[in-house]
Amino acid sequence: MSQNIIEIAYIVAAALFILGIKGLSKPKTAVRGNQLAAVGMLVAIVVTLVNSSVVSYEWIVAGAIVGAIVGATLAVKIQMTAMPQLIAVLNGFGGGASLTVAAAEFTKSQPTDVMNTVAQMTDHVTGGMGTFAMIATGLAVFIGSVTLTGSFVAFAKLQELIDGQPKGFPGMKALNALLLIGSLITIGYLTVDPTNTTLFWGLVGAACIMGILLVMPIGGADMPVVISLLNSYSGIAAAAAGFVMGNSVLIIAGSLVGASGIILTQIMCVAMNRSLTNVLFGVMAEAGEAMDADEVYAGKVKASSPEEVAMMLDTARRVVIVPGFGLAMAQAQHAVRDLADSMEAMGIEVEYAIHPVAGRMPGHMNVLLAEAEVSYDKLKEMDEINPTFEQTDVVIVIGANDVTNPMAREDKGSPIYGMPILNVDKAKTVVVVKRSLSAGFAGLPNPLFAKDNTLMLFGDGKTAILELTKHLNES
Amino acid sequence: MDISIIHVTLFVLAIFLGFELITKVPPTLHTPLMSGSNAISGITLVGAILAAGHGGDQTLVNVLGFLAVALATINVVGGFMVTNRMLAMFKRKD
Repeated sequence: MSQNIIEIAYIVAAALFILGIKGLSKPKTAVRGNQLAAVGMLVAIVVTLVNSSVVSYEWIVAGAIVGAIVGATLAVKIQMTAMPQLIAVLNGFGGGASLTVAAAEFTKSQPTDVMNTVAQMTDHVTGGMGTFAMIATGLAVFIGSVTLTGSFVAFAKLQELIDGQPKGFPGMKALNALLLIGSLITIGYLTVDPTNTTLFWGLVGAACIMGILLVMPIGGADMPVVISLLNSYSGIAAAAAGFVMGNSVLIIAGSLVGASGIILTQIMCVAMNRSLTNVLFGVMAEAGEAMDADEVYAGKVKASSPEEVAMMLDTARRVVIVPGFGLAMAQAQHAVRDLADSMEAMGIEVEYAIHPVAGRMPGHMNVLLAEAEVSYDKLKEMDEINPTFEQTDVVIVIGANDVTNPMAREDKGSPIYGMPILNVDKAKTVVVVKRSLSAGFAGLPNPLFAKDNTLMLFGDGKTAILELTKHLNES
Repeated sequence: MDISIIHVTLFVLAIFLGFELITKVPPTLHTPLMSGSNAISGITLVGAILAAGHGGDQTLVNVLGFLAVALATINVVGGFMVTNRMLAMFKRKD
């Protein structure tokens, strides 16, 4: 196939990616958008396979079979609650792919033994990459490695394989700065000495360590931002790999993803009232002035029972449900929907309040509630629902914590001060379904639990909601 | 004109296009969008195919090419399938 036809097919693929992302931005066209992007991918892959520079297929077929089986299994088996982890892992693989592509190209460019012998005899070095290709390779390897190891640390934190608390040691920032500068100098030196394989693999190692060190000090609460940022990195790494291969579709698709990841990261930071710099580097500095939990809660927390809450719901006219990550953990989305159905059958108005950062990803709660077939128009965003809390009889908070913490509104010294929250405490009664009084991701006590109009319903989210529904139906 | 200049041009224009495309997405679709665009970043598969199918006999190159194809395929197949699965849930209620 001629190079022109291949390039035309690549432009078609790129156009399909653009239409796909545009389609994904509207609920009505999202499914088609995803399909368009998948078709674009198929077009790009097929024309690449018939490219005249591809002459042997055994490694390709082997890799594709392994990849397709693993990818499809992950996609089908994964629980909806584990979605953030899965995206982190897929993202890590994407970064790993860019790293290995660039490493393969680098290895291929190395002079063979014969050429080395000739070089020694003639004292004239041959082989190695040109300056532009070497810079692109260095960047693809560097960004790809950071994405790979960073994503896996994010995965381990979300899966709770390692502690979600920020981890660090003195001099960590200095070490990171050193690794970054060292890596950039190494890339620079490789343009002068492009046959130095030791230095090249040293760069890979340094970048892998840097990926780990960059994500370790970030707390579990900020993982969505990190995944979003790493998603952006994996796009940039693909674009860099595109420069290495001189391939237009890699460059276009990679930069589209790179730009989208940065915008999404920005939106998430705005919702949490934090700057990206603060998320990435600020956590360790903030430790210290934590409020004493015992002081906040002592003698003021009222525990309730499903019977009591059911009686209260019996006389309510408007109920708002506030889901959080605890809902996902307890797999309580179907139980919540049944409860809402029961209440609606009794003529109670039920709505859901979705905080932009509830759960561990933007839209996480929407996906979960959609799984339980909760109607789209009952999910209200923060700005829409906040003015209505004063006319709400009962708010049921299920596994949400920090997004309802009134300290964000009232306590100027609090680390979360200024973060927009759901003003659930304005409602007549707040019922908090929670396992215990333990702190949320932000590691702070929540004075909401000690308010006069708050009742705590301790226990597993799903069991508590099922009990509640049972008593409500009996009454 | 050097071909790499054309590639840099494509890069810069695509970055701007990406910014404009993404600013208009409702929060509900952020997770599907993240996994969908994540699947698109699996376009590295194209580079992986070129690296794995060059037909040389350097073992390291072939192994790296194989790894690249496998990793990128996981990214592409897993990403599109899981996005589709999430979006199917939104669709069912219409």
